[in-house]
Amino acid sequence: MSLATPVTENAPAPDDAGRLRPTWRGPIAYAVIALVALLAMPLRTPDGSTRFRLSTETDFAQIPTFEVPAAPTVWVLVLLAVALAALAAWWTRQGRRTGLWLPVVFGVALLLAFLTFVGAGRSAVIPLTSVATGTLFLATPLIFGALSGVVCERVGIVNIAIEGQLLAGAFIAAVVGSLTASAYMGLVAAPVAGALVGMLLVFFAVRYHVNQIIVGVVLNVLVVGLTSFLFSTVLAEDPGTWNQRQALPVLPIPVLSQIPVIGPILFRQTLLVYLMYVIVVALQVYLFRSRWGLRLRAVGEHPKAADTVGIDVNRTRVRNTILGSAIAGLGGAFFTVASGLAFGKEMTGGRGFIALAAMILGRWSPKGAVAAALLFGFADNLRTVLGTIGSSVPPQLLLMTPYIVTILAVAGFAGRVRAPAAEGIPYVK
Amino acid sequence: MSQPAAPPPAQPPSEPQDAPVAAPAATEERPPGLLQDVLASSWLMTVCAIVLALVIGAVLIAAADPDVQSSAGYLFARPSDFFTAVWQTISSAYAALFQGAVFDWAAASPQRAIRPLTETLTISVPLILAGLGVGIGFRAGLFNIGAQGQITLGAILASWVGFTWHLPAGLHLAVAMVGAAIGGAVWASIAGVLKARTGAHEVIVTIMLNNIAVFLVLYLLTTSVFRSPTPQVGRTVAETAMLPGLLGDGFRLHLGFPLALLAALGVWWLMERSTVGFRFRAVGSNPHAARTAGMSVPWVTITVMAVAGALAGLAGGAQLLGTERNLTGAIAGSIGFDALTVALLGRSKPLGTVLAGILFGAFAAGGRLMQTRTGTPIDIVLVLQSLIVLFIAAPPLVRAVFRLRAPGERRRSTAEAAA
Amino acid sequence: MGSGHMRLELRGITKRFGSFTANDAIDLVVEPGQIHALLGENGAGKSTLMNVLYGLYQPDAGEVLLDGEPVTFDGPGAAMAAGIGMVHQHFMLVPVFTVAENVALGHEPTAGAGLLSLGEARRQVADVAARFGFHVDPDAMVEDLPVGVQQRVEIIKALSRDAKILILDEPTAVLTPQETDELIEIMRQLRDAGTSILFITHKLREVRAVADRITVIRRGKVVGTAEPTAPETELASLMVGRAVSLGVERTPAEPGDVVLRVESLTVRDAVGTAVVDGVDLDVRAGEIVAVAGVQGNGQTELAQAVLGLVHPTAGSLHLDGTDLTGLSVRDRLRAGLGFVPEDRSTDGVIADFSIQENLVLDLVDAPPYSRRGAIDRGRLRRNAEQRVVEFDVRTSSVDAHAGTLSGGNQQKVVLAREMSRPLRLLVASQPTRGLDVGSIEFVHQRIVRERDNGTAVVIVSTELDEVVALADRIAVMYRGRVVGVVPGGTDRDVLGLMMAGVPLDEAVAQTAAHHTTLGALDTAPPTQAAQPTQAAQPEEEGR
Repeated sequence: MSLATPVTENAPAPDDAGRLRPTWRGPIAYAVIALVALLAMPLRTPDGSTRFRLSTETDFAQIPTFEVPAAPTVWVLVLLAVALAALAAWWTRQGRRTGLWLPVVFGVALLLAFLTFVGAGRSAVIPLTSVATGTLFLATPLIFGALSGVVCERVGIVNIAIEGQLLAGAFIAAVVGSLTASAYMGLVAAPVAGALVGMLLVFFAVRYHVNQIIVGVVLNVLVVGLTSFLFSTVLAEDPGTWNQRQALPVLPIPVLSQIPVIGPILFRQTLLVYLMYVIVVALQVYLFRSRWGLRLRAVGEHPKAADTVGIDVNRTRVRNTILGSAIAGLGGAFFTVASGLAFGKEMTGGRGFIALAAMILGRWSPKGAVAAALLFGFADNLRTVLGTIGSSVPPQLLLMTPYIVTILAVAGFAGRVRAPAAEGIPYVK
Repeated sequence: MSQPAAPPPAQPPSEPQDAPVAAPAATEERPPGLLQDVLASSWLMTVCAIVLALVIGAVLIAAADPDVQSSAGYLFARPSDFFTAVWQTISSAYAALFQGAVFDWAAASPQRAIRPLTETLTISVPLILAGLGVGIGFRAGLFNIGAQGQITLGAILASWVGFTWHLPAGLHLAVAMVGAAIGGAVWASIAGVLKARTGAHEVIVTIMLNNIAVFLVLYLLTTSVFRSPTPQVGRTVAETAMLPGLLGDGFRLHLGFPLALLAALGVWWLMERSTVGFRFRAVGSNPHAARTAGMSVPWVTITVMAVAGALAGLAGGAQLLGTERNLTGAIAGSIGFDALTVALLGRSKPLGTVLAGILFGAFAAGGRLMQTRTGTPIDIVLVLQSLIVLFIAAPPLVRAVFRLRAPGERRRSTAEAAA
Repeated sequence: MGSGHMRLELRGITKRFGSFTANDAIDLVVEPGQIHALLGENGAGKSTLMNVLYGLYQPDAGEVLLDGEPVTFDGPGAAMAAGIGMVHQHFMLVPVFTVAENVALGHEPTAGAGLLSLGEARRQVADVAARFGFHVDPDAMVEDLPVGVQQRVEIIKALSRDAKILILDEPTAVLTPQETDELIEIMRQLRDAGTSILFITHKLREVRAVADRITVIRRGKVVGTAEPTAPETELASLMVGRAVSLGVERTPAEPGDVVLRVESLTVRDAVGTAVVDGVDLDVRAGEIVAVAGVQGNGQTELAQAVLGLVHPTAGSLHLDGTDLTGLSVRDRLRAGLGFVPEDRSTDGVIADFSIQENLVLDLVDAPPYSRRGAIDRGRLRRNAEQRVVEFDVRTSSVDAHAGTLSGGNQQKVVLAREMSRPLRLLVASQPTRGLDVGSIEFVHQRIVRERDNGTAVVIVSTELDEVVALADRIAVMYRGRVVGVVPGGTDRDVLGLMMAGVPLDEAVAQTAAHHTTLGALDTAPPTQAAQPTQAAQPEEEGR
């Protein structure tokens, strides 16, 4: 987000930000990370091998557990990362910009190296499939939240209230699901809750020009207060009626779910996850290739230009912010009906803020946001994995990594991050 | 006090080329009468916002009450039941809120009766300190969402100094508080330096730092330095480092409160009377002009964040050395986010921040009694807080509700002429 | 497309903002296939009128008629639908969109399911471009295009919507004389194809070169209409309301020692382009050097580099022999540099600071205004009361916020502040942009007085009139380079050619041979006392 023009003595004018020559910060960051990995892992990898498993007992296609020699594998993966860092440096010299794939491959290589490292010489098997499943599971609300952020910010409204929208979605999904004894009804109701929070956001931000960050922060508090209040009163008095847990069934997709490895990961999911796939693809296509997307982005980049060709700026902002907020609300259903849990106070636990980070790390694009959300989901999931294999790496330190990576990203260490130009600025004729 | 608490977002590009330069300034407005003046003042606006929030809170409290719900079932048969139930619920809840926050007339002894007020002031200490920090940021054009993390770091350092060092009483406390300020200042400076050097937006960086601080404190509590026999709780701070109580046994009010008032006075002097504050405000209002006049925007950014962080760190120190005594993962509670609302309600001015801090302290203190006496959950306080701030931020909305006249309505339309 | 002929008539258009009347009963008729110039000073109400016509503002009185039918536009969309297209002074293009996307925006061709048909959009661009002989790549990103091309994209945007009347709002402000010539050619082509053009400007020469009919407005009122053959002086006096004499009374300069020495200074922008490219310039005590040029040719960056707002990548700056490299802005101000920024509302004053605070922005952190970090408020007030009188700042109180002042009074506050230090060098960028005539005179007098006190003065201005009125010497910049340094009284046509990058001797030769750039219609003799022969001798001292 660049809500205000950074006024630093060496910062370039914002208008030029997009045409900047690639900075050296990215390659430097890659080099430093690769160097740290080089010093931390290969030489210290214990002898022996790491055992991975690619399938679970219930899978259609069974793949036997396999072992890799730990140290050589770590070496190869880390050196791959080093090579990518060098490639990034070379490209920067050439004035080329790195695509999205480089950080993704770089990250995946180091993550696999890390898994091999922690599993080296241990009897426990690293269940890669469940690592992936767990990653996708934990990333689901982050993806919904980040997509919400993409839509809202692309149209020029800063959505700090993602957290509140997730929480409101979780709450309403639980209550409606419980009242109707149908998880699907809960799923239908969740986006409505998100949209209501979004309406409040635009009501204050567009109608009254209240600073969008303030509204977002305050709306988060409001939703926490409201849901907790109702949880402690109405829901607590008669949980059987109001807060009975409902679970979305897992719907394996007939053929696809039987594909080895990826089938169980991707296609043995609940309706919510399938909806997520659809929304990701649809947004990626429609944001950049449709009339709707063109207008939306024009409003977020240069609202006056949009106005002069007859596009109603504020109406576009209101509608799409509500739409984006509804997406976050739908994601809130993850916490209750999609996880088969009853509602609990503040159960989103700051996921909305991680989603915000994922959106920025993903450079305001749906596919980038998905990649970043998966990274964060992976870091979150590592806690469980490390617990199972008995690693000594403190989980708290691992849990910090998404936030540290995001800080590095906004500081320009992961390629130039460029927010929509008119973001956060009320449009007044 | 007409200055908005929030830094103005980047101004829409102005178009000076065809601006009617001869447009008369807004000075020739009809001088409003005294009554209008009072009505238009931000003080009245604040009161109206609080009243409006309390009304909405009352509706919620009544709606969630089982007696009200059951009497609503036969509303048309016997409306009096319904209204009695509504009145009963609301009045008892708000009465308990008041009793818990200010003066408990039902208490057994005079001391018990005034204890609520001292609780309110105790709770307000970290709110005021952190709110002052957030307010300085706002006035310098920085959105410091990171008070939460800065409070945590302040508490970590205060507790570390408090249980590892052995110094005479007084000096130990002073060192611990300085440590707290440094902890918060360093944490906030990360955001300040990154903003100044790379343009990284402080909102994102401080949000991330908040989350990192949470895991940092959890991690530290597992290390041998901080670990105590009780899991997830840090070692106990020595008595010499604790903020002494002001009123003796039975009261928690401690030296932190006068310190917070002193800090408010200091912030007032800094912002209104010092050259440093002048630069803070200049950069906050117009960084371009400040730069052209020879001020260093990066220096101001870093310094503002450091000062704001130091104040939030002091809040963490006051919380730990005043009331908590042991570091826990939840040491910062929700003080950091409450501090944002405190600063917004106080319009980033020291006096306003002190009053807003006391008000929200009163809500918190009263909310506890309300919860135990009437069963109304304390969470309603969050609703009240957020509604008040939303209303404060949108004066036209409050004016519309109370049918007040807008100040300077004509001014705005003249200003449009220049757009 | 664009083939229909349309007659536009405005009757009694009035638009008020509060108590200020921006447009007062304006009548205007644009005949089909006519280029109608709307001439007026900055602030005369031209843009307001265009915004009314384009549906961005609703008039308080009066009506718009198209082919005799009254119409009302509730927004730009309605105006466009009725056949009115507008090329805004600040381009209404999304920088991160391609040309085709920008042209398509608002009336996007779709290929089903709401998906864009970019092929169709490209074809639209190509069609219009081909008809008028433009060369525009439909897939180019707009932010990568030169300003002149961006303007063509704007024109294509309007034409692709079947605009029958094209409004051009100050279209030449950002163009070089050559680009201006090209634009004028395009305008003629469009007119010949039947498009009516309403051309808004304050530049007399262009109006006389291209307009079929001229309407002059002043302070929101139509003050007269004229034929393009009317003498320039007549148009000018209509425009400003009295006989113009921009000339400032001043004695010849008595240059002293070199105060500012700029040596092979290069400044690069974020993309790496040299915006200031090896500039050499000396400015002596007691002289005014004007840096002339079309907006965006590096003058702004040159001035910023002198102040230290941007850092040069090569070359050096010396003030009184002291190397400025490594000195902060503050140090440079203390060393005797005064700086009047180009955009006073952004860079000059802090709108919500009081006048007294604005007057000490630079000096507040040192005695006598503060001691040990504490501000002496009494001193601030006394200083302000004195300055306000001295610089004739019209305000009710020194406690008033600077934002409540008019542009001219804000500029006086900036000048008062910058001239309150003992100055060795004053750099003033666009010192009178957007000011009324009275304020212009005042500002010019103060600048000349500063020169007479022995200060070296640099004026950066895109207004030739101002340059000619003030300068003892003129340095013309083009694409980051100083094309040449000429004496103050140099012929405008020579300056104009130099502003287009023509070297000095060539410019003199061309001017002598035949008046080229817009010159064919320029019947007025060279206004100032400049002799071509004098101009032909390049100044050597700057090298």
